[in-house]
Amino acid sequence: MADGPDQSPALLEFLLRMGDNTLILGHRVSEWCGKAPVLEEDIALANIALDLIGQTRMWLGLAAEVQGEILGEVQGDRKSADDLAFLRDAWQFRNVLLCEIPNGDFGQTLMRQFLFDAWHDCQLRQLAGSADDRVAAIAAKAAKEVTYHLDRSSGTVIGLGDGSPESHARMQTALDHLYPYVGELFLSDPVDDALSAAGIAPDPGALRPAYDATLTRVLGEATLVIPQASRARGGGRDGRMHTEHLGHLLTSMQWLQRAYPGATW
Amino acid sequence: MYAQMVKSTGKGVILREEMSPEERAFQDRIDAGEKIEPKDWMPAGYRKTLIRQIGQHAHSEIVGQLPEGNWITRAPTLERKAILLAKVQDEAGHGLYLYCAAETLGISRDEMTEMLLDGRMKYSSIFNYPTLTWADMGAVGWLVDGAAIMNQVPLQRTSFGPYARAMIRICKEESFHQRQGFDIMMTMARGTDAQRAMAQDALNRFWYPSLMMFGPSDKDSVHSAQSMAWRIKMNTNDELRQKFVDQTVPQAEYLGLTVPDDSLSWNEDKGGYDFAEPDWDEFFEVISGNGPCNADRLAARTKAWDDGAWVREGLLAHAEKKRARERAAQ
Repeated sequence: MADGPDQSPALLEFLLRMGDNTLILGHRVSEWCGKAPVLEEDIALANIALDLIGQTRMWLGLAAEVQGEILGEVQGDRKSADDLAFLRDAWQFRNVLLCEIPNGDFGQTLMRQFLFDAWHDCQLRQLAGSADDRVAAIAAKAAKEVTYHLDRSSGTVIGLGDGSPESHARMQTALDHLYPYVGELFLSDPVDDALSAAGIAPDPGALRPAYDATLTRVLGEATLVIPQASRARGGGRDGRMHTEHLGHLLTSMQWLQRAYPGATW
Repeated sequence: MYAQMVKSTGKGVILREEMSPEERAFQDRIDAGEKIEPKDWMPAGYRKTLIRQIGQHAHSEIVGQLPEGNWITRAPTLERKAILLAKVQDEAGHGLYLYCAAETLGISRDEMTEMLLDGRMKYSSIFNYPTLTWADMGAVGWLVDGAAIMNQVPLQRTSFGPYARAMIRICKEESFHQRQGFDIMMTMARGTDAQRAMAQDALNRFWYPSLMMFGPSDKDSVHSAQSMAWRIKMNTNDELRQKFVDQTVPQAEYLGLTVPDDSLSWNEDKGGYDFAEPDWDEFFEVISGNGPCNADRLAARTKAWDDGAWVREGLLAHAEKKRARERAAQ
């Protein structure tokens, strides 16, 4: 990387944001296993969860490496992706609130997925050209998977939005419920400023036009109405204030690691 | 091995002289090792028995997602979570191939699902046992998938083409499942005292239910004899159970775990282990709906089906609208 101010603390924060998004959303999606409305959807949801958990391993793996460098830890003492996933508490998580919102019905799960995928796709395309080669490599790999995720969630949102009166109503309810969480994806703070200046990650706000274009196209085809923008519900990506839902998710996700400290699984 | 006690439709094997010319020609094809394909003529009993057997197998894959799905959100590491997700996803895929194979016999997936939910079709007894600790993910892979493989490997040579081809794909994945289960058991058995205790407890709870997976002895069963004549059942239940015990006992020893059977001993004369039979009264209770998890499993499947009705209807409505628009544009 080019000489300049040390970006490591900002990079660590950014990597946690990426990895926590995929970890928490992947966890939520995996809750559907064995319970989806049709077998093909069950398989597709498991596939998406699997991709997201795979991406988590890469993002949090790199986060652990960068954290080790910052703390000057010797190799053997360094934390792993698992340490970050299973041994942090709610206030240390950096995912956007959208990812931790409970599944609700199948429509809400798919709407959440679409609203996230549309951002994730733009974000990863930009990150594939990151000045940090490690970030660029992970993003390039993940982008291929996420293109498929977006394609699939768009198709299902269109199918259910422009489906029966009941499915249409449920999808509109889901959109109304989730839309206030969209704004957080585009908020920026000094972490983003530093990384964008160094060419490591895009300025979040710069992704908004492309995102809005995707939403307008897909939700239009789905005959759904985009709600009036309200104040963005944030507090996840900076850890300032998560929802109450996150703690319950962590309670099950982290149970074994917490109950049997130091065991190898 | 997800088909237990599948009843054939007749009263026993039909003697050759009692067969119609069509039946005789059909049996000759089977005896010559030919594959029967969906459009070929087949006796009504063959078709019905296969629908029951393949349907039961498919349902077992689908219901079988639940006891393992129970631990996906609590898997202890990211790697274990990913492996378990992939495994449960494979099972859904197996269900899909098998439903497709059954559909070639003239029944729809929706009909079979309804028959599962209203109790007309069964699934394997094993999935009515709970998964209580992480070691159960090891035991299910090692023992349950291990038992399933015993039955499924020979079924790759079964007489009905679509079923045999589905089994070939399934077997490739099942052996990976069994290995991952054994790997979890090995990690637990070599872990802390608590992990070893969990591993032993899982073996204690899953040993006899795994032996039950093969079904009660069928050496005198007329249904099995007919199925074997049709080559939709390749071995007797006792043969497979013996093979399973002979393979599994040394693996348990390697893990340093104790098979919960005091009477277990090597029998030099037969070249296999002598072992205790499972409690068949318990087995009959479980398959008649009174196992530890029957009510929960069926409730979960029923809820998934009912809650998903609006999704299925919505997507259907969309497909119809799309077709109508395309017609209008022409």
